[in-house]
Amino acid sequence: MNSTTVKQLDPDQLNVILATDCGSTTTKAILIEKINGEYRQTYRGEAPTTVEEPAADVTVGVVNAVTEVGELAGRKLIDENGEIIRPAKGNTGCDIYISTSSAGGGLQMMVAGVVREMSAASAKRAALGAGAIVMDTICSNDKRLPHEQIQRIRELRPDMILLAGGTDGGTQKHVVELAELIAPAKPQPRFGGTYKMPIIYAGNQEATEFVEAAFDDDVKLSTVANVRPILERENLAPARDAIHDLFLEHVMAHAPGYNKLISWADAPIMPTPGAVGNILQTIAEQEGINALGVDIGGATTDVFSVFDGTFNRTVSANLGMSYSISNVCASATLPMILRWVHLDMDPRELQNHIKNKMIRPTTIPQSREALVFEQAVAREALRLAYIQHKEFATTLKGVQQQRTVGDTFSQNTSGQSIVDNMKLNLLVGSGGVLSHAPNMNQTAAMLIDAFEPEGMTVLAKDSIFMMPHLGVLAQVHPQAALQVFERDCLIYLGTCFAPRGLYRSGKTCFKYHISGNSLNQSGELLCGEMKRIPLGFEEWAKVIVEPKRGYDFGAGAGKRKEFKVRGGTVGLILDARGRPLMVPAGENNHLAELTSWVQELDLFPENHSK
Amino acid sequence: MAKAYSPGLQISQRVLHSSRRILPIPGDVLVKVGEQVSSQQIVAQTFMPGDVTPINVANQISVAPAEVPDCMLVSVGEEIRAGDLLARSKGIFGFFKAEMTAKTSGTIESISHVTGQVILRGAPLPIQVRAYQAGTVKEVIPQQGVVIDSEVTFLQGILGIGGEAYGKIQFACQKEDEPLVDSQLNESMRGKIVIGGARMTGKAVKRGIEIGVAAMISGGMDDEDLKEILGYDLGVAVTGSENIGTTLIITEGFGEIAMAARTFRLLKEREGAEAAVNGTTQIRAGVLRPEIVIPLDKNSQADTKSHLKQENALGVLEIGVPVRIIRDPYFGLLGQVGDMPTELRKLESGSESRVLEVALDSGETVVVPRANVELIEG
Repeated sequence: MNSTTVKQLDPDQLNVILATDCGSTTTKAILIEKINGEYRQTYRGEAPTTVEEPAADVTVGVVNAVTEVGELAGRKLIDENGEIIRPAKGNTGCDIYISTSSAGGGLQMMVAGVVREMSAASAKRAALGAGAIVMDTICSNDKRLPHEQIQRIRELRPDMILLAGGTDGGTQKHVVELAELIAPAKPQPRFGGTYKMPIIYAGNQEATEFVEAAFDDDVKLSTVANVRPILERENLAPARDAIHDLFLEHVMAHAPGYNKLISWADAPIMPTPGAVGNILQTIAEQEGINALGVDIGGATTDVFSVFDGTFNRTVSANLGMSYSISNVCASATLPMILRWVHLDMDPRELQNHIKNKMIRPTTIPQSREALVFEQAVAREALRLAYIQHKEFATTLKGVQQQRTVGDTFSQNTSGQSIVDNMKLNLLVGSGGVLSHAPNMNQTAAMLIDAFEPEGMTVLAKDSIFMMPHLGVLAQVHPQAALQVFERDCLIYLGTCFAPRGLYRSGKTCFKYHISGNSLNQSGELLCGEMKRIPLGFEEWAKVIVEPKRGYDFGAGAGKRKEFKVRGGTVGLILDARGRPLMVPAGENNHLAELTSWVQELDLFPENHSK
Repeated sequence: MAKAYSPGLQISQRVLHSSRRILPIPGDVLVKVGEQVSSQQIVAQTFMPGDVTPINVANQISVAPAEVPDCMLVSVGEEIRAGDLLARSKGIFGFFKAEMTAKTSGTIESISHVTGQVILRGAPLPIQVRAYQAGTVKEVIPQQGVVIDSEVTFLQGILGIGGEAYGKIQFACQKEDEPLVDSQLNESMRGKIVIGGARMTGKAVKRGIEIGVAAMISGGMDDEDLKEILGYDLGVAVTGSENIGTTLIITEGFGEIAMAARTFRLLKEREGAEAAVNGTTQIRAGVLRPEIVIPLDKNSQADTKSHLKQENALGVLEIGVPVRIIRDPYFGLLGQVGDMPTELRKLESGSESRVLEVALDSGETVVVPRANVELIEG
């Protein structure tokens, strides 16, 4: 079946589900089985991705990864012709096969809009939400001259372009001008030859005729509903759907072996980040929570958030732990990284180490020093990616606001970030440096230091980066996706408690009382202190916090608050360091405080300092 | 994973090497199959559509966009030169007419009545592809380019700066662990590919650029020096388009590190030979390493025929094979694989990983993660 639509399947008949994620370097396969009426992830296999020579066929890697899963599970999944066996019968085959893909660098797009903060921002949100990497945004007010914009379009070789601009019925001139810039630039796609560049027009619907007239037959132009039909409302779904369809029909169809993969899959193949966003949205919706997910890779860091039902995704293209590690250091600066390092290190040597990691990205830290340094870099990469995310995830800009007398002192403009750490309920981390940290306390500490959660926040990690698989599964069988997400995908690290309010040296920050089946503890924390209280995964506890004046757990400054919390592998973490977190760079007396956090959180149990 | 190690850099004394020389857009191939080509010969060329200049005629002559087509004095497809009259407004009762002239030459591509914009396309831009590797044309890909084959001495570096360069190989250092400093460079090295030993200093690179050396190759360099040479901090290892006046290639890594003895020896064997180098590096999916290609002359072909090997014959990580450690605390050390235990071992960092023992050339044996070694291939 050539699937751009979901095959009609009876969810009750799905007992064995096979899912793959074709990443740029590794293809990961998982098997999900219905055991005693519940869906569980049972086996996992992986193999190198094979989009490049000598194999140049993505399905070779898929077959290798699936074969590994089959061998582990004792189930024959591949037949003599090298194809996936369906449906499942006894110990043979699976009922459904689904996949995501980011092989070959994923979906690379360029977006264009009239005003950077309005239609261009909406177009960018649509592209990112669909799982694309946005290479550049062209807009009328980007301070580049028209010929510079055209030159830029010619230099980049995007897989497709999304053009937006103007509200429906509004001015047509500017968006047609943009079309007139893009058309003569004759953008060359990456796949060369017979490939026609897909261009999606999602702007003022009344200008459609003129935009169509601007392009000739060298491009494949599709028109969808306006991403910003009126200033006060965004309508991203039609553009996102068009991106997904064109991704399948054009981009992937030109990548080696993808036609075969598309014909194998029982549901449309999604770009990997799009699938991750999908599962996070499903979870947030089902549980009624605000959630934030982060995936820190070698080259990029993806941040996904759902706040009050609004989904946002950003890709920080050059913040990563191997290919882009040098860029993290250039952006954050070495002193900012070293503020998280409690050991003595030579800055000149470190700079050479960073570059050596960049040129040999597959190496792993062997010594304690190398690990401490890599985790310090990760904190800064995550912090910078989160800043970018907060700046991007905003309320709509350009919207008129009505103010009442009550608003006199809160002069909020439109375009405020909708990301609010106090409202955040669940923070999920994934990616090598977070998932493979030798102990989970380190993962929790990295998440807290980088994201600075406020109030009460549950911390978790994606055990084996299963979220992409579950994102596609959610389209076909949401219940199965949710069950596996809850039981096998997430590892609950614990819960963080941190009040909003600035650090005041020597002052008491808050008092706490924790009661549960296995513990009954009270105490108070001075500003700058941290405390870890073990509480197991299946255990629950009641936590009462009484912040001092100027500190807020969500009930208002100085107001008592009560929480019911679940434990995790790390337990409860009480953080009285203040928010925003001010960890000074390059101050010697800070070292004692840093070492005390390392000791309290038991980050490096065998050796706390040098 | 069975292949959780870096495949390493290729260092071959004699190998059948192919270079694929392709135009970015379709064009003309200038050579035929079987033809002998020299490294700097142009083998394919094409013309890219010229640069585009948008001109807002409506604003310039103060008319509504819809009136622009009627005000134009030239039509679509017409060629114009800088200074030519482009448009004239109708004015008021025939007076106060506004005119505008073209600031650049080109062809009128479109005239818009919606935006009042005229698109002017400049002269086509030529794009040429050189042979790069001297040898025989093995295949012609119509309208795209050629594949050139020849037997060469082939070496890959770890990181390069700058693109393709050509010249004779000349040594500045006499030992692989000798740093390349400015005093070792002289005027006789103009247009040459200069070989150093260990770290090349920032001053040496500056001196090389002054002299006009074609390329400089050495074991390592300091991050601080690279930053100064480039004028910015290299964020990701995607290079090749830098224009610093020469091409740089480091063969081992950053810091005080000597060139691998075998690499140095192999280059020494080819001292004085014509070579082509390319500093282009892309360390991401579909990795590209900088390379040094030295075509073999007829005499050396006769001497070494028995050693000819095919490219891409990847080695296997097994007991006894030579490896290089590519991560601290043993970065840069060479040795042979000793034992390869199958079970996971706990590292000093606390992580668990598959490891192997390396019997170092110094006689000492160390345990390192498998991901932290690379095969020495060739």
